[in-house]
Amino acid sequence: MSAILFIAGIFLFIGSQGMEFAWNRLSITELLFGDRWEPTADPPRYGAWPLIAGTAWITAVAMLVAVPLSFAAAIYVGEFAKGKQREWLKVLIELLAAIPSVVWGVIGLQVMGPILQSVFGLQSGLNVLNAGIILGLMAAPIMTTIAEDALKAVPESYREAAEALGATRWQVVRKVVLAHARPGLSAAVLLGIGRAFGETIAVLMASGHRLMPPGSVFDSAATITATIAAELGEAAVDGDHYQVLFVLGLVLFLITFSINLLADWIVRGRRRA
Amino acid sequence: MVSPSLHATPTARDTAPALVTVRGLGIRYGAKVALQGVDLDIRRNEIFGIIGPANAGKTSFLRALNRMDEFVPHMQIDGTVTFAGRDVRTIRNLYALRSHIGVVFPLPVGLPLSIYDNVALSPRLRGERSKAVLDEIVERCLRRAALWDEVKDRLQGLGSLLSGGQQQRLTIARALSQEPELLLLDEFSIAVDPVTTMRIEEVLKELRRELTIVLVTNLVQQARRLADRTAFFLGGRCVEITPTERMFSGGATDPRTADYLEGRFG
Repeated sequence: MSAILFIAGIFLFIGSQGMEFAWNRLSITELLFGDRWEPTADPPRYGAWPLIAGTAWITAVAMLVAVPLSFAAAIYVGEFAKGKQREWLKVLIELLAAIPSVVWGVIGLQVMGPILQSVFGLQSGLNVLNAGIILGLMAAPIMTTIAEDALKAVPESYREAAEALGATRWQVVRKVVLAHARPGLSAAVLLGIGRAFGETIAVLMASGHRLMPPGSVFDSAATITATIAAELGEAAVDGDHYQVLFVLGLVLFLITFSINLLADWIVRGRRRA
Repeated sequence: MVSPSLHATPTARDTAPALVTVRGLGIRYGAKVALQGVDLDIRRNEIFGIIGPANAGKTSFLRALNRMDEFVPHMQIDGTVTFAGRDVRTIRNLYALRSHIGVVFPLPVGLPLSIYDNVALSPRLRGERSKAVLDEIVERCLRRAALWDEVKDRLQGLGSLLSGGQQQRLTIARALSQEPELLLLDEFSIAVDPVTTMRIEEVLKELRRELTIVLVTNLVQQARRLADRTAFFLGGRCVEITPTERMFSGGATDPRTADYLEGRFG
Protein backbone atom coordinates (compact mmCIF):
# COMPACT_ATOMS: atom_id res chain seq x y z
CA MET A 1 0.00 0.00 0.00
CA SER A 2 2.72 2.47 0.97
CA ALA A 3 4.51 1.43 -2.22
CA ILE A 4 1.52 2.49 -4.28
CA LEU A 5 1.38 5.84 -2.44
CA PHE A 6 5.08 6.39 -3.07
CA ILE A 7 4.77 5.62 -6.75
CA ALA A 8 1.73 7.84 -7.11
CA GLY A 9 3.60 10.61 -5.24
CA ILE A 10 6.65 10.37 -7.47
CA PHE A 11 4.44 10.30 -10.53
CA LEU A 12 2.57 13.42 -9.38
CA PHE A 13 5.76 15.28 -8.50
CA ILE A 14 7.41 14.58 -11.84
CA GLY A 15 4.17 15.32 -13.65
CA SER A 16 3.57 18.62 -11.85
CA GLN A 17 7.09 19.86 -12.61
CA GLY A 18 6.75 19.26 -16.31
CA MET A 19 3.06 19.62 -16.85
CA GLU A 20 2.65 23.29 -17.70
CA PHE A 21 5.10 23.13 -20.57
CA ALA A 22 4.01 19.73 -21.78
CA TRP A 23 0.42 20.85 -21.80
CA ASN A 24 0.85 24.16 -23.60
CA ARG A 25 3.86 24.20 -25.90
CA LEU A 26 5.18 20.68 -26.38
CA SER A 27 4.26 18.39 -29.21
CA ILE A 28 4.26 14.84 -27.86
CA THR A 29 4.96 13.52 -31.34
CA GLU A 30 8.02 15.70 -31.61
CA LEU A 31 9.20 14.71 -28.15
CA LEU A 32 8.90 10.99 -28.84
CA PHE A 33 9.93 10.85 -32.50
CA GLY A 34 11.77 14.10 -33.25
CA ASP A 35 15.38 13.20 -33.87
CA ARG A 36 17.06 16.42 -32.76
CA TRP A 37 17.72 17.20 -29.13
CA GLU A 38 18.96 20.79 -29.12
CA PRO A 39 17.53 22.39 -26.00
CA THR A 40 19.95 25.33 -26.04
CA ALA A 41 19.68 26.19 -29.72
CA ASP A 42 17.44 28.95 -31.01
CA PRO A 43 14.75 27.92 -31.52
CA PRO A 44 15.26 24.95 -29.15
CA ARG A 45 14.42 21.47 -30.42
CA TYR A 46 13.11 18.89 -27.99
CA GLY A 47 13.14 15.67 -29.98
CA ALA A 48 14.01 12.88 -27.51
CA TRP A 49 14.27 10.09 -30.07
CA PRO A 50 18.10 10.07 -29.92
CA LEU A 51 17.90 9.53 -26.16
CA ILE A 52 15.19 6.89 -26.36
CA ALA A 53 17.06 5.04 -29.11
CA GLY A 54 20.34 5.34 -27.19
CA THR A 55 18.72 3.94 -24.06
CA ALA A 56 17.18 1.06 -26.00
CA TRP A 57 20.41 0.16 -27.80
CA ILE A 58 22.52 0.25 -24.67
CA THR A 59 19.97 -1.73 -22.68
CA ALA A 60 19.76 -4.35 -25.42
CA VAL A 61 23.55 -4.77 -25.49
CA ALA A 62 23.61 -4.88 -21.69
CA MET A 63 21.08 -7.72 -21.66
CA LEU A 64 23.00 -9.64 -24.32
CA VAL A 65 25.94 -9.49 -21.94
CA ALA A 66 24.15 -9.92 -18.63
CA VAL A 67 21.59 -12.65 -19.34
CA PRO A 68 24.00 -15.41 -20.43
CA LEU A 69 26.53 -14.36 -17.81
CA SER A 70 24.12 -14.23 -14.90
CA PHE A 71 22.16 -17.36 -15.82
CA ALA A 72 25.33 -19.36 -16.29
CA ALA A 73 26.63 -18.08 -12.96
CA ALA A 74 23.33 -18.81 -11.19
CA ILE A 75 23.16 -22.34 -12.61
CA TYR A 76 26.74 -23.02 -11.61
CA VAL A 77 26.40 -21.64 -8.10
CA GLY A 78 22.93 -23.05 -7.48
CA GLU A 79 23.16 -26.47 -9.11
CA PHE A 80 26.79 -27.51 -9.41
CA ALA A 81 29.01 -25.75 -6.87
CA LYS A 82 29.23 -27.40 -3.47
CA GLY A 83 30.06 -26.44 0.09
CA LYS A 84 32.83 -23.89 0.62
CA GLN A 85 33.22 -23.06 -3.05
CA ARG A 86 29.56 -22.18 -3.26
CA GLU A 87 29.71 -19.92 -0.21
CA TRP A 88 32.78 -18.12 -1.54
CA LEU A 89 31.18 -17.58 -4.92
CA LYS A 90 28.07 -16.14 -3.33
CA VAL A 91 30.10 -13.70 -1.27
CA LEU A 92 32.06 -12.74 -4.37
CA ILE A 93 28.90 -12.08 -6.35
CA GLU A 94 27.50 -9.93 -3.58
CA LEU A 95 30.76 -7.97 -3.49
CA LEU A 96 30.50 -7.39 -7.24
CA ALA A 97 26.96 -6.10 -6.79
CA ALA A 98 28.26 -3.55 -4.29
CA ILE A 99 30.75 -1.83 -6.60
CA PRO A 100 29.62 1.81 -6.93
CA SER A 101 28.46 2.79 -10.38
CA VAL A 102 30.98 5.60 -10.69
CA VAL A 103 33.73 2.99 -10.42
CA TRP A 104 32.16 1.11 -13.30
CA GLY A 105 32.06 4.41 -15.18
CA VAL A 106 35.79 4.89 -14.66
CA ILE A 107 36.40 1.32 -15.84
CA GLY A 108 34.39 2.10 -18.96
CA LEU A 109 36.23 5.35 -19.53
CA GLN A 110 39.79 4.29 -18.75
CA VAL A 111 39.91 0.55 -19.38
CA MET A 112 37.14 -0.58 -21.71
CA GLY A 113 37.32 2.51 -23.93
CA PRO A 114 40.97 2.13 -24.99
CA ILE A 115 40.52 -1.65 -25.38
CA LEU A 116 37.55 -1.27 -27.72
CA GLN A 117 39.30 1.53 -29.53
CA SER A 118 42.33 -0.58 -30.38
CA VAL A 119 40.51 -3.89 -30.93
CA PHE A 120 37.99 -2.49 -33.40
CA GLY A 121 40.10 0.40 -34.69
CA LEU A 122 37.62 3.09 -33.68
CA GLN A 123 38.02 6.81 -33.26
CA SER A 124 36.45 6.63 -29.84
CA GLY A 125 36.01 3.67 -27.51
CA LEU A 126 33.14 5.41 -25.75
CA ASN A 127 30.09 4.00 -27.48
CA VAL A 128 27.00 1.81 -27.24
CA LEU A 129 29.12 -1.34 -26.98
CA ASN A 130 31.20 0.06 -24.13
CA ALA A 131 28.20 1.33 -22.17
CA GLY A 132 26.31 -1.91 -22.87
CA ILE A 133 29.15 -4.11 -21.62
CA ILE A 134 29.64 -1.97 -18.53
CA LEU A 135 25.91 -1.97 -17.79
CA GLY A 136 25.73 -5.70 -18.43
CA LEU A 137 28.55 -6.34 -15.97
CA MET A 138 26.85 -4.05 -13.46
CA ALA A 139 23.49 -5.75 -13.78
CA ALA A 140 24.83 -9.32 -13.85
CA PRO A 141 25.53 -9.80 -10.10
CA ILE A 142 22.08 -8.76 -8.92
CA MET A 143 20.49 -10.75 -11.74
CA THR A 144 22.58 -13.74 -10.68
CA THR A 145 21.30 -13.41 -7.13
CA ILE A 146 17.66 -13.22 -8.24
CA ALA A 147 18.08 -16.07 -10.73
CA GLU A 148 19.75 -18.23 -8.10
CA ASP A 149 16.85 -17.55 -5.74
CA ALA A 150 14.49 -18.69 -8.49
CA LEU A 151 16.49 -21.91 -8.89
CA LYS A 152 16.57 -22.42 -5.14
CA ALA A 153 12.77 -22.15 -5.06
CA VAL A 154 12.51 -25.28 -7.22
CA PRO A 155 11.67 -28.08 -4.76
CA GLU A 156 14.50 -30.54 -4.13
CA SER A 157 11.98 -33.34 -4.66
CA TYR A 158 11.81 -32.39 -8.37
CA ARG A 159 15.55 -32.80 -8.74
CA GLU A 160 15.46 -36.05 -6.81
CA ALA A 161 12.60 -37.42 -8.91
CA ALA A 162 14.30 -36.44 -12.14
CA GLU A 163 17.61 -37.93 -11.07
CA ALA A 164 15.83 -41.10 -10.02
CA LEU A 165 14.69 -41.34 -13.65
CA GLY A 166 18.34 -41.49 -14.62
CA ALA A 167 18.78 -37.86 -15.65
CA THR A 168 22.22 -36.29 -15.33
CA ARG A 169 22.63 -33.08 -13.36
CA TRP A 170 22.68 -31.06 -16.53
CA GLN A 171 19.58 -32.79 -17.90
CA VAL A 172 17.79 -32.13 -14.63
CA VAL A 173 18.65 -28.44 -14.90
CA ARG A 174 17.63 -28.18 -18.52
CA LYS A 175 14.44 -30.20 -18.52
CA VAL A 176 13.04 -29.63 -15.05
CA VAL A 177 14.65 -26.85 -13.04
CA LEU A 178 14.62 -24.18 -15.74
CA ALA A 179 11.04 -25.06 -16.69
CA HIS A 180 9.88 -24.52 -13.14
CA ALA A 181 12.02 -21.46 -12.46
CA ARG A 182 10.94 -19.60 -15.60
CA PRO A 183 8.81 -16.91 -13.90
CA GLY A 184 11.61 -16.17 -11.44
CA LEU A 185 14.16 -16.04 -14.24
CA SER A 186 11.95 -13.60 -16.15
CA ALA A 187 11.86 -11.48 -13.04
CA ALA A 188 15.65 -11.51 -12.96
CA VAL A 189 15.84 -10.30 -16.56
CA LEU A 190 13.29 -7.57 -15.87
CA LEU A 191 15.15 -6.39 -12.85
CA GLY A 192 18.24 -6.28 -15.01
CA ILE A 193 16.46 -4.26 -17.66
CA GLY A 194 15.19 -1.89 -14.99
CA ARG A 195 18.71 -1.52 -13.65
CA ALA A 196 20.09 -0.87 -17.13
CA PHE A 197 17.36 1.67 -17.92
CA GLY A 198 17.81 3.56 -14.72
CA GLU A 199 21.61 3.58 -14.46
CA THR A 200 22.98 7.06 -15.03
CA ILE A 201 26.53 7.95 -14.17
CA ALA A 202 28.29 4.87 -15.56
CA VAL A 203 26.47 5.20 -18.89
CA LEU A 204 27.16 8.91 -19.05
CA MET A 205 30.87 8.16 -18.71
CA ALA A 206 31.04 5.15 -21.01
CA SER A 207 28.60 6.00 -23.79
CA GLY A 208 30.32 9.10 -25.18
CA HIS A 209 27.08 11.02 -24.66
CA ARG A 210 26.48 11.92 -28.29
CA LEU A 211 22.98 13.33 -28.86
CA MET A 212 22.23 11.36 -32.01
CA PRO A 213 20.40 8.08 -32.56
CA PRO A 214 23.10 5.38 -32.84
CA GLY A 215 23.31 3.46 -36.10
CA SER A 216 25.50 0.65 -34.77
CA VAL A 217 27.04 -0.52 -31.52
CA PHE A 218 30.20 1.38 -32.42
CA ASP A 219 28.42 4.75 -32.41
CA SER A 220 28.49 6.93 -29.36
CA ALA A 221 25.05 7.53 -27.87
CA ALA A 222 23.22 9.26 -25.05
CA THR A 223 20.55 7.90 -22.73
CA ILE A 224 17.53 9.56 -21.14
CA THR A 225 18.93 9.28 -17.64
CA ALA A 226 22.36 10.61 -18.54
CA THR A 227 20.80 13.58 -20.33
CA ILE A 228 18.66 14.46 -17.34
CA ALA A 229 21.66 14.23 -15.05
CA ALA A 230 23.90 16.24 -17.35
CA GLU A 231 21.46 19.03 -18.17
CA LEU A 232 19.18 19.53 -15.19
CA GLY A 233 21.79 21.50 -13.25
CA GLU A 234 22.27 23.92 -16.12
CA ALA A 235 18.64 24.47 -17.06
CA ALA A 236 16.86 27.50 -15.65
CA VAL A 237 14.37 26.40 -12.99
CA ASP A 238 10.82 26.30 -14.39
CA GLY A 239 12.06 27.19 -17.85
CA ASP A 240 11.08 25.11 -20.88
CA HIS A 241 14.29 23.12 -20.84
CA TYR A 242 13.93 22.40 -17.14
CA GLN A 243 10.37 21.25 -17.61
CA VAL A 244 11.04 19.10 -20.62
CA LEU A 245 13.64 17.19 -18.61
CA PHE A 246 10.90 16.34 -16.15
CA VAL A 247 8.73 15.20 -19.02
CA LEU A 248 11.63 12.95 -20.01
CA GLY A 249 11.58 11.56 -16.51
CA LEU A 250 7.92 10.82 -17.01
CA VAL A 251 8.69 9.04 -20.28
CA LEU A 252 11.30 6.94 -18.48
CA PHE A 253 8.79 6.18 -15.78
CA LEU A 254 6.16 5.12 -18.32
CA ILE A 255 8.62 2.92 -20.21
CA THR A 256 9.72 1.01 -17.12
CA PHE A 257 6.11 0.81 -15.99
CA SER A 258 4.97 -0.72 -19.28
CA ILE A 259 7.90 -3.15 -19.32
CA ASN A 260 6.83 -4.37 -15.92
CA LEU A 261 3.20 -4.67 -17.00
CA LEU A 262 4.21 -6.52 -20.14
CA ALA A 263 6.41 -8.89 -18.19
CA ASP A 264 3.72 -9.50 -15.64
CA TRP A 265 1.32 -10.28 -18.45
CA ILE A 266 3.77 -12.66 -20.12
CA VAL A 267 4.50 -14.50 -16.89
CA ARG A 268 0.82 -14.86 -16.04
CA GLY A 269 -0.13 -15.85 -19.57
CA ARG A 270 2.49 -18.59 -19.61
CA ARG A 271 1.34 -19.92 -16.31
CA ARG A 272 -2.25 -20.15 -17.43
CA ALA A 273 -1.34 -21.98 -20.64
CA MET B 1 -6.71 -63.37 2.43
CA VAL B 2 -3.84 -63.96 0.09
CA SER B 3 -4.94 -65.41 -3.21
CA PRO B 4 -3.17 -68.69 -3.99
CA SER B 5 -2.11 -67.44 -7.42
CA LEU B 6 0.25 -65.03 -5.76
CA HIS B 7 2.45 -67.90 -4.71
CA ALA B 8 1.87 -70.14 -7.68
CA THR B 9 5.45 -71.23 -8.30
CA PRO B 10 7.45 -70.53 -5.19
CA THR B 11 10.03 -73.21 -5.90
CA ALA B 12 10.88 -71.87 -9.35
CA ARG B 13 11.22 -68.41 -7.92
CA ASP B 14 13.30 -69.56 -4.99
CA THR B 15 15.97 -70.94 -7.25
CA ALA B 16 16.08 -68.01 -9.68
CA PRO B 17 19.20 -65.84 -9.31
CA ALA B 18 18.71 -62.80 -7.13
CA LEU B 19 18.35 -59.44 -8.85
CA VAL B 20 19.63 -57.60 -5.81
CA THR B 21 21.96 -58.98 -3.15
CA VAL B 22 22.70 -57.01 -0.03
CA ARG B 23 25.54 -57.99 2.30
CA GLY B 24 26.49 -56.30 5.55
CA LEU B 25 24.71 -53.10 4.56
CA GLY B 26 25.06 -50.26 7.02
CA ILE B 27 23.92 -46.68 6.58
CA ARG B 28 24.98 -43.76 8.74
CA TYR B 29 24.05 -40.10 8.68
CA GLY B 30 27.09 -38.53 10.31
CA ALA B 31 27.25 -40.22 13.71
CA LYS B 32 23.68 -41.48 13.60
CA VAL B 33 23.26 -45.09 12.51
CA ALA B 34 20.16 -45.62 10.38
CA LEU B 35 20.72 -49.21 9.33
CA GLN B 36 23.24 -51.91 10.18
CA GLY B 37 24.10 -55.48 9.28
CA VAL B 38 21.46 -56.07 6.65
CA ASP B 39 21.86 -59.21 4.52
CA LEU B 40 19.16 -60.10 2.06
CA ASP B 41 18.43 -61.14 -1.52
CA ILE B 42 15.68 -59.78 -3.71
CA ARG B 43 14.68 -62.31 -6.32
CA ARG B 44 13.59 -61.54 -9.83
CA ASN B 45 9.86 -61.04 -10.36
CA GLU B 46 8.93 -61.02 -6.73
CA ILE B 47 7.28 -58.33 -4.70
CA PHE B 48 9.55 -57.87 -1.72
CA GLY B 49 7.71 -56.17 1.11
CA ILE B 50 9.44 -54.20 3.84
CA ILE B 51 7.44 -53.31 6.89
CA GLY B 52 8.40 -51.70 10.16
CA PRO B 53 7.76 -48.66 12.32
CA ALA B 54 9.09 -45.19 11.60
CA ASN B 55 12.88 -44.78 11.76
CA ALA B 56 13.42 -48.45 11.08
CA GLY B 57 15.69 -47.61 8.14
CA LYS B 58 13.26 -48.59 5.36
CA THR B 59 13.66 -45.46 3.24
CA SER B 60 17.42 -45.38 3.81
CA PHE B 61 17.52 -48.93 2.48
CA LEU B 62 15.82 -47.85 -0.75
CA ARG B 63 18.21 -44.94 -1.12
CA ALA B 64 21.15 -47.30 -0.96
CA LEU B 65 19.71 -49.46 -3.75
CA ASN B 66 19.71 -46.78 -6.44
CA ARG B 67 22.53 -44.70 -4.97
CA MET B 68 20.44 -41.65 -4.13
CA ASP B 69 22.82 -40.97 -1.25
CA GLU B 70 24.27 -37.87 -2.85
CA PHE B 71 21.07 -35.98 -2.10
CA VAL B 72 21.52 -36.48 1.60
CA PRO B 73 24.49 -34.71 3.13
CA HIS B 74 26.73 -36.94 5.28
CA MET B 75 24.98 -40.15 4.20
CA GLN B 76 27.52 -42.96 4.45
CA ILE B 77 26.93 -46.43 3.03
CA ASP B 78 28.94 -49.49 4.15
CA GLY B 79 28.72 -53.06 2.95
CA THR B 80 27.87 -54.19 -0.55
CA VAL B 81 24.79 -53.98 -2.71
CA THR B 82 24.82 -55.71 -6.07
CA PHE B 83 22.24 -55.07 -8.74
CA ALA B 84 22.06 -57.59 -11.59
CA GLY B 85 25.46 -58.90 -10.52
CA ARG B 86 27.26 -55.56 -10.31
CA ASP B 87 28.35 -53.78 -7.16
CA VAL B 88 26.46 -50.49 -7.16
CA ARG B 89 29.28 -48.84 -5.23
CA THR B 90 31.66 -49.27 -8.15
CA ILE B 91 29.28 -48.32 -10.92
CA ARG B 92 30.71 -45.20 -12.53
CA ASN B 93 27.63 -44.28 -14.50
CA LEU B 94 25.07 -43.73 -11.77
CA TYR B 95 22.63 -42.35 -14.30
CA ALA B 96 22.56 -45.64 -16.17
CA LEU B 97 22.03 -47.50 -12.88
CA ARG B 98 19.16 -45.24 -11.89
CA SER B 99 17.54 -45.52 -15.28
CA HIS B 100 17.13 -49.27 -14.61
CA ILE B 101 15.49 -48.60 -11.26
CA GLY B 102 12.12 -46.88 -11.01
CA VAL B 103 11.28 -44.99 -7.82
CA VAL B 104 7.92 -43.91 -6.48
CA PHE B 105 8.22 -41.51 -3.56
CA PRO B 106 5.80 -41.23 -0.60
CA LEU B 107 4.44 -37.88 -1.73
CA PRO B 108 3.75 -37.80 -5.45
CA VAL B 109 6.16 -35.60 -7.36
CA GLY B 110 4.47 -34.45 -10.55
CA LEU B 111 7.27 -32.63 -12.31
CA PRO B 112 6.34 -29.12 -13.48
CA LEU B 113 5.80 -30.40 -17.01
CA SER B 114 2.76 -31.52 -18.95
CA ILE B 115 1.34 -34.98 -18.23
CA TYR B 116 2.72 -36.13 -21.58
CA ASP B 117 6.18 -34.68 -20.91
CA ASN B 118 6.28 -36.23 -17.44
CA VAL B 119 5.95 -39.70 -18.92
CA ALA B 120 8.02 -38.95 -22.03
CA LEU B 121 10.90 -37.48 -20.00
CA SER B 122 12.77 -40.69 -19.34
CA PRO B 123 12.52 -42.02 -22.94
CA ARG B 124 13.66 -38.62 -24.15
CA LEU B 125 16.63 -38.71 -21.80
CA ARG B 126 17.54 -42.03 -23.41
CA GLY B 127 17.55 -40.19 -26.72
CA GLU B 128 14.15 -41.22 -28.09
CA ARG B 129 12.95 -38.53 -30.52
CA SER B 130 10.25 -40.15 -32.61
CA LYS B 131 6.82 -38.70 -31.84
CA ALA B 132 5.09 -41.95 -32.76
CA VAL B 133 7.26 -44.00 -30.40
CA LEU B 134 6.84 -41.48 -27.58
CA ASP B 135 3.06 -41.39 -28.11
CA GLU B 136 2.98 -45.15 -27.85
CA ILE B 137 5.13 -45.23 -24.69
CA VAL B 138 3.06 -42.51 -23.01
CA GLU B 139 -0.22 -44.27 -23.73
CA ARG B 140 1.06 -47.69 -22.72
CA CYS B 141 2.55 -46.47 -19.43
CA LEU B 142 -0.48 -44.39 -18.52
CA ARG B 143 -2.73 -47.37 -19.25
CA ARG B 144 -0.61 -49.68 -17.12
CA ALA B 145 -0.75 -47.14 -14.28
CA ALA B 146 -4.57 -47.03 -14.62
CA LEU B 147 -4.52 -43.32 -15.38
CA TRP B 148 -5.04 -43.19 -19.16
CA ASP B 149 -8.82 -42.91 -19.16
CA GLU B 150 -8.77 -39.98 -16.78
CA VAL B 151 -6.16 -37.90 -18.57
CA LYS B 152 -6.23 -38.93 -22.22
CA ASP B 153 -8.05 -35.71 -23.19
CA ARG B 154 -5.68 -33.39 -21.39
CA LEU B 155 -2.23 -34.78 -21.88
CA GLN B 156 -0.83 -31.28 -22.36
CA GLY B 157 -2.16 -30.13 -18.96
CA LEU B 158 0.32 -29.64 -16.14
CA GLY B 159 1.11 -32.86 -14.28
CA SER B 160 1.44 -30.99 -11.02
CA LEU B 161 -2.23 -29.90 -11.22
CA LEU B 162 -3.59 -33.45 -10.99
CA SER B 163 -5.11 -34.71 -7.76
CA GLY B 164 -2.84 -36.52 -5.29
CA GLY B 165 -4.00 -39.98 -6.34
CA GLN B 166 -3.69 -39.13 -10.01
CA GLN B 167 -0.24 -37.66 -9.50
CA GLN B 168 0.89 -40.82 -7.75
CA ARG B 169 -0.31 -42.90 -10.68
CA LEU B 170 1.46 -40.43 -12.95
CA THR B 171 4.70 -41.03 -11.09
CA ILE B 172 4.14 -44.77 -11.46
CA ALA B 173 3.57 -44.30 -15.19
CA ARG B 174 6.74 -42.24 -15.29
CA ALA B 175 8.69 -44.92 -13.46
CA LEU B 176 7.34 -47.53 -15.90
CA SER B 177 8.44 -45.40 -18.86
CA GLN B 178 12.01 -46.12 -17.76
CA GLU B 179 11.29 -49.80 -18.47
CA PRO B 180 12.93 -50.55 -15.14
CA GLU B 181 14.05 -53.97 -13.99
CA LEU B 182 13.40 -52.94 -10.42
CA LEU B 183 10.64 -50.75 -9.06
CA LEU B 184 11.03 -49.18 -5.62
CA LEU B 185 7.85 -48.03 -3.94
CA ASP B 186 8.22 -45.98 -0.78
CA GLU B 187 4.93 -45.83 1.10
CA PHE B 188 3.21 -44.91 -2.13
CA SER B 189 -0.27 -44.83 -0.66
CA ILE B 190 0.28 -42.13 1.99
CA ALA B 191 -1.33 -39.41 -0.11
CA VAL B 192 -3.70 -41.64 -2.03
CA ASP B 193 -7.33 -42.47 -1.33
CA PRO B 194 -8.25 -46.11 -0.59
CA VAL B 195 -10.01 -46.74 -3.90
CA THR B 196 -7.02 -45.51 -5.90
CA THR B 197 -4.73 -47.48 -3.62
CA MET B 198 -6.59 -50.66 -4.48
CA ARG B 199 -6.35 -49.86 -8.19
CA ILE B 200 -2.61 -49.28 -7.91
CA GLU B 201 -2.24 -52.52 -6.00
CA GLU B 202 -3.96 -54.38 -8.84
CA VAL B 203 -1.51 -52.74 -11.23
CA LEU B 204 1.43 -53.88 -9.11
CA LYS B 205 0.24 -57.48 -9.09
CA GLU B 206 0.13 -57.34 -12.89
CA LEU B 207 3.57 -55.77 -13.09
CA ARG B 208 5.22 -58.58 -11.16
CA ARG B 209 5.21 -60.64 -14.33
CA GLU B 210 7.59 -58.16 -15.93
CA LEU B 211 9.69 -56.71 -13.17
CA THR B 212 10.79 -56.90 -9.58
CA ILE B 213 9.22 -54.70 -6.94
CA VAL B 214 10.42 -53.58 -3.54
CA LEU B 215 7.47 -52.31 -1.58
CA VAL B 216 8.16 -50.30 1.56
CA THR B 217 4.96 -49.80 3.44
CA ASN B 218 3.74 -48.93 6.89
CA LEU B 219 0.44 -50.60 6.12
CA VAL B 220 0.92 -54.14 7.32
CA GLN B 221 -2.12 -55.33 5.41
CA GLN B 222 -0.77 -53.90 2.19
CA ALA B 223 2.33 -56.05 2.50
CA ARG B 224 0.07 -58.99 3.25
CA ARG B 225 -1.97 -58.36 0.10
CA LEU B 226 0.96 -57.84 -2.25
CA ALA B 227 4.28 -59.16 -1.07
CA ASP B 228 5.66 -62.61 -1.79
CA ARG B 229 8.16 -62.28 1.02
CA THR B 230 8.17 -59.69 3.73
CA ALA B 231 11.07 -58.26 5.69
CA PHE B 232 10.51 -56.71 9.09
CA PHE B 233 12.83 -53.79 9.87
CA LEU B 234 13.14 -52.48 13.39
CA GLY B 235 15.52 -49.90 14.82
CA GLY B 236 17.93 -50.06 11.90
CA ARG B 237 18.08 -53.86 11.71
CA CYS B 238 16.42 -56.41 9.53
CA VAL B 239 14.74 -58.59 12.11
CA GLU B 240 13.50 -61.30 9.78
CA ILE B 241 12.56 -62.17 6.23
CA THR B 242 9.74 -64.64 5.85
CA PRO B 243 7.34 -65.65 3.09
CA THR B 244 4.40 -63.34 3.58
CA GLU B 245 1.83 -66.09 3.88
CA ARG B 246 3.75 -67.75 6.67
CA MET B 247 4.52 -64.50 8.45
CA PHE B 248 0.87 -63.57 8.58
CA SER B 249 -0.38 -66.97 9.61
CA GLY B 250 1.54 -67.12 12.85
CA GLY B 251 4.86 -68.20 11.34
CA ALA B 252 6.93 -65.14 12.20
CA THR B 253 10.27 -66.34 13.56
CA ASP B 254 10.88 -63.39 15.85
CA PRO B 255 8.46 -62.50 18.65
CA ARG B 256 8.93 -58.77 17.90
CA THR B 257 7.51 -59.31 14.42
CA ALA B 258 4.43 -60.94 15.80
CA ASP B 259 4.02 -58.08 18.27
CA TYR B 260 4.29 -55.54 15.47
CA LEU B 261 1.86 -57.38 13.24
CA GLU B 262 -0.66 -57.50 16.02
CA GLY B 263 -0.27 -53.80 16.61
CA ARG B 264 1.33 -53.98 20.05
CA PHE B 265 3.79 -51.26 19.05
CA GLY B 266 4.72 -49.09 16.06
